[in-house]
Amino acid sequence: MYSQALDERDGVADEAVNAAFEQRVAAEEKVEANDRMPAAYRKTLIRQISQHAHSEIIGMQPEGNWITRAPSLRRKAILLAKVQDEAGHGLYLYAAAETLGVSREELVDQLLAGTAKYSSIFNYPTLTWADMGAIGWLVDGAAIMNQIPLCRCSYGPYARAMMRICKEESFHQRQGFEIMVTLSRGTEAQRAMAQDALNRWWWPSLMMFGPHDSESTHSDTSMRWKIKRFSNDELRQKFVDVTVPQADFLGLAVPDPDLRYDDATGHYVFGEPDWSEFKAVLRGEGPCNAQRLAHRRRAHDDGAWVREAAQAHAAKQQAEQVA
Amino acid sequence: MVSPTSEQLLTYADGALILSHRLSEWMSNAPTMEEDIALGNIALDLLGQARGLLQHLGNEDELAYFREPQEFRNPLLCELPNGDYAHAMIRQLFADAWFAEVWPQLAADGTVDIDVRGVAEKAVKENAYHWRHSSAWVVRLGDGTDESHRRTQDALDAIWPYRGEVASDQWYARVEPVLAQATLTTPGRDAWIQRGSADGWHTEHLGYLLAEMQSLARAHPGATW
Repeated sequence: MYSQALDERDGVADEAVNAAFEQRVAAEEKVEANDRMPAAYRKTLIRQISQHAHSEIIGMQPEGNWITRAPSLRRKAILLAKVQDEAGHGLYLYAAAETLGVSREELVDQLLAGTAKYSSIFNYPTLTWADMGAIGWLVDGAAIMNQIPLCRCSYGPYARAMMRICKEESFHQRQGFEIMVTLSRGTEAQRAMAQDALNRWWWPSLMMFGPHDSESTHSDTSMRWKIKRFSNDELRQKFVDVTVPQADFLGLAVPDPDLRYDDATGHYVFGEPDWSEFKAVLRGEGPCNAQRLAHRRRAHDDGAWVREAAQAHAAKQQAEQVA
Repeated sequence: MVSPTSEQLLTYADGALILSHRLSEWMSNAPTMEEDIALGNIALDLLGQARGLLQHLGNEDELAYFREPQEFRNPLLCELPNGDYAHAMIRQLFADAWFAEVWPQLAADGTVDIDVRGVAEKAVKENAYHWRHSSAWVVRLGDGTDESHRRTQDALDAIWPYRGEVASDQWYARVEPVLAQATLTTPGRDAWIQRGSADGWHTEHLGYLLAEMQSLARAHPGATW
């Protein structure tokens, strides 16, 4: 809480402090929890880190949906470990956000109240086993593109949390691709399952990079503060360039009639995602928004008596020790 | 010491497999994020133990996905539905106390295959953590609030009949002090025992668990995943 007092006691932005801060960040120095920082920088980070944490926690649901139906014990173990990693990522990220003077309870309350955002991708349903492959390959693949640059984020605690998370995400991405390889070389039904999953996850994955740079509201400041290193459109292009040859390798068709390789630029040219769908999912009108939030609220409410019991027991233990 | 039969090893393997499945159903449903992680960990350990034994007994996926409920040998305890967190923790306490006896015996049994002993040696360490987790939670919940006490006593009463397939004198000696510390009352060692798993006569719950678990594998017989 000490750190919070530093920037907020000024009330009005302290020009000199802000100028010194901008200079440090421009020089690629890391900002640490107790350092002075502009209130807007703190606010931006809390928003971004907590949205990321919420995404991990909500993200346990679409994949958790297939743990009990995993088709082999090896796949079951891998999927269980992956969903467990997501809970772990959620925890480190809430802890990273807490270094900025906000509590995990507050952030979780915002999620439960529906006032906080999380990645829209988790509002799509997982309909077949191939979705476990497609999520690892495309969704985790897109997440890595977004997240690798965050390992160099100007805010130290976030950057360090991201280093560990990225290592695990990279394993998730590879296991997803491996599922896709196995399915695409499997039976006809398995190949059809893989193609269907690609058809459903391709466009939502491209939308994970956010709106076009021209429409992105937070981008400029985040770039200057070195929270963000690449623009949404740059990362989306990079993702398409890396992923299309992988789809070719799998023998699967990317569901974009406008997709073509441009020899002149060395990049793929691709079609426009349906941004009205993107906006609808953000507004809460995606296929699973209500379901995901209801699930989280139910788990939270069902656990209330357990958390109360743990606190009551700890208080009894403490009272006994004092006596 | 008589070497364990395949039937006994299958009982341990199925017990670990089915209990792991039940725990995996908790993922994203636990009362805290820390517990989501803990239950995932325990589920993974149990799954690893089951796989180790099933691989020794045959093809792990054939055994897990293509047997009928009557062919499973897990104690009934392991297949009981999750219920609330008190049910999950009482069930876990009972199973952990059973495995606390099973694994050291297997690990020390020179007549047992070296791979099986390897599984057991690792499991001894894992089980020590599981026991610490379940016993601490049973005490917390039993000796927490009025509501948690009531729920945990209800869970104990409901699950107590299923102890018989796993309980020994050693088992009671492990479990009873924890329950006493949790301020819970047991219906006693002589209370009714529900049996059946040795003959493949399970509760109604196992059929549904397997219907879900085996659905995808059975829809594509012969497929590789």
